[in-house]
Amino acid sequence: MERKLPPVDVILVGFGWTAAILGQELTDAGLNVLALERGGWRDTSTDFAVTFAQDELRYMERKALFQEPARDTLTFRNSPSESALPMRHLGSFLPATGVGGAGIHWNGQTWRFLPSDFVAKSHNTQRYGALADGMTIQDWGVTYDELEPYYDKFEYLCGISGKAGNLNGKIQDGGNPFEGARKRDYPNPPLDMVYAPTLFEKAAAETGHKPFPCPAANMSRPYTNPLGVTLGPCTYCGFCEKFGCGNYSKSSPQTTILPVLMRKKNFELRTQCEVLRVNHDDVAKRATGVVYVDAQGEEWEQPAEIVVLCAFAQHNPWLMMLSDIGKRYDVQSGEGVVGKNYAYQIVSGVDVFFDDKIMNPFVGAGALGIGIDEYNGDNFDHGGLGFIGGGYLACWQTNGRPIEYHPTPKGTPKWGTKWKKAVAKNYLTSLSISTHGAVMSHRNNYLDLDPTYHDTHGRPLLRLTFDYTDNEHKMSDYLTDRAEEIAKAMNARDIYAKKRTGHYSIVPYQTTHNTGGAIMGTDPKSSVVNRYLQSWDLHNLFVMGACVFPQNPGYNPTGTVGALTYWAADAIKNQYLKKQGPLVQA
Amino acid sequence: MAGSPVSRRDLLSAGVVIGSTVALGNQPAEARSYSGEIPWTPGEANAPTPIKPGPFQYLTQDEVAFLDAAVSRLIPADDLGPGAKEAGVTTFLDRQLGGAFGKGSSWYMQGPWKKGEVTQGYQSRMSPAELYRASIKAVDAYCGGKFGGKKFSQLSADQQDEILSGLEKGDVKLEGADAESFFTMFLQNTVEGFFSDPLYGGNRDMAGWKLIGFPGARYDYRPYVKKHGEKLNLPPVGITGRPGWNSNT
Repeated sequence: MERKLPPVDVILVGFGWTAAILGQELTDAGLNVLALERGGWRDTSTDFAVTFAQDELRYMERKALFQEPARDTLTFRNSPSESALPMRHLGSFLPATGVGGAGIHWNGQTWRFLPSDFVAKSHNTQRYGALADGMTIQDWGVTYDELEPYYDKFEYLCGISGKAGNLNGKIQDGGNPFEGARKRDYPNPPLDMVYAPTLFEKAAAETGHKPFPCPAANMSRPYTNPLGVTLGPCTYCGFCEKFGCGNYSKSSPQTTILPVLMRKKNFELRTQCEVLRVNHDDVAKRATGVVYVDAQGEEWEQPAEIVVLCAFAQHNPWLMMLSDIGKRYDVQSGEGVVGKNYAYQIVSGVDVFFDDKIMNPFVGAGALGIGIDEYNGDNFDHGGLGFIGGGYLACWQTNGRPIEYHPTPKGTPKWGTKWKKAVAKNYLTSLSISTHGAVMSHRNNYLDLDPTYHDTHGRPLLRLTFDYTDNEHKMSDYLTDRAEEIAKAMNARDIYAKKRTGHYSIVPYQTTHNTGGAIMGTDPKSSVVNRYLQSWDLHNLFVMGACVFPQNPGYNPTGTVGALTYWAADAIKNQYLKKQGPLVQA
Repeated sequence: MAGSPVSRRDLLSAGVVIGSTVALGNQPAEARSYSGEIPWTPGEANAPTPIKPGPFQYLTQDEVAFLDAAVSRLIPADDLGPGAKEAGVTTFLDRQLGGAFGKGSSWYMQGPWKKGEVTQGYQSRMSPAELYRASIKAVDAYCGGKFGGKKFSQLSADQQDEILSGLEKGDVKLEGADAESFFTMFLQNTVEGFFSDPLYGGNRDMAGWKLIGFPGARYDYRPYVKKHGEKLNLPPVGITGRPGWNSNT
């Protein structure tokens, strides 16, 4: 039986990127803020020290920084007609646990979505007519222009290294000419470039593209952010994504916000405290607080004036379902919203093998690369192609960690003498072009509660039903073909284009870009939160993270997650605190 | 907890810092509260523990014989250098299977159990250590039936390759264990043992890293970023140092 604690102004559920931003913003506004984190405290000097951070087995293969399925997992199936089974160990995606969340182990690829991405439904139907059968994409209810100042704020918090492609409508040489107009350049210049991306840059330019250095949360030089927190220059150690940075040179809550936030007297963090449910008063249309369980199994009721769900993408809609907030999505009728429009990413690659070009793949950083954006979003005419959406192509050099990275040409056996020879021959002299594509939401891709399996607290597991549709396969094939054309312009010995075939599988690692389930929009009938990420049902409940994306565009999500968090923080501070109630009338 | 309860009216007029919240007096040891400070204790770094050298801890003699033979086929010794056996992969597997990985202690291991689709991943009720134990026994039994009572380790290299290929492709069915699940895990763990930091018992003398030219647990490549196309020939280092250097000499 839980005991009731004295109330606080704001509860943040989870303590990763979005909670750190909100903690900082809302304590600045004078509120008493409490963050409840299910994992433990982690910091650079104690947990990611350069004396041991470069341990591929421990961090990548044994997943030391990630969520443990023994404690919390989900069940998965490809279609509503199958039986879902538990994800027994991590694979396709890597949610975190602990302070900093996935903001510790991300790559740092920090993009803005295209202006047209925010109006995907209206834009695409206007240009190409009716959507494919079953596609359930929506407009976001917020525009790129509205978010621009908040993208800027996140980029300057993080110290993103990059090159503007569109300054106030004026296209800039060397940047991404397809990006939405930005008011000012990135806070830091691009990273120094290793060899492989420069080969891609040359081939891409020769084939008529406009390559640019990808925006990176790896510091190209020492940087002090607006909060006064200083980050060090990236050392290109190649233990970046899936690892904690030992050099204070990848943006994370620890390296950008926590040194300021943790010292504030009106902020409190409780670790090893897992929120079980949100309490609410449906007559007053308010959340009244949360119930959480601590590491010893004691349950506590924590009242609050404002509750913000800041857990990882799919955990927020799960918590809403467990708390009986909002109408759950029903795949049969298509009605209901909580759990609707789960989406992901579709990625593919083209490996390129040389005889004589030494790449030194171990010299890398999580967001070190050159990209092109000709085939993203609606940057190209989709007429007659049979799909909408797109993605970027990039040559990243993130790492040469050999358990994960030992490329071999097509047809090489997976073991034995031939495998060993191929690994030895190609390790230093290969590169890969990645495609990173959008996933449009579909009525059969959704989250709900599993009828069979439970977590350690006896709660039903989240059930994920997801597969790629024709739209994704056609789009990904199109991107892979373009990547192969560029690969051919590199005069390599061998090219191995790995197209995506068959069903989505939860087994191999792909990306941790899980989206949807608590989507934002303009109408409570088709969305869970309004344009300010405020629940339509409980006006003092806000929901952060990629779970609010109505569908997933062709970029990595964190830049937009950061921008939306600042946008929501602004609405809470400047609108909600003045007049508590719905910020948008349903 | 000293923080004064905040009424909705207080919230509406928020603009001043409200009294700080402090740690719960009766909070359990594991759950912690932090406010007004950055928790940091000198010397508290969470460094890994190298394996202890010495006898096998999990594997039986028969299992060692199987694994020595099998990893020698997966990553053979040849003119390029040592193979998985010489690099200590059997020791690596022993320590992994005897530890948290072998127990599947971070895995979700609640029933009910069903086979499921390939896209749904591992669905065996066996922990990794149990899967190895059952599979090795079953492979030796299978070999015994096919090759006149011989165990896997007693077969010729070609015969061993034939068995391993059969496991990989699903042509060899095992009694009491899922052959494909086992082979997938075994191959992955062998590669891990060959390429992971030597502190875990494999990659002895950094043989795996030397084979491909991976410099190991370094953390600053700034001087080399612009050396496009140049072979760097950096000797590999592990987390605990490298041969010829240690902190005590």
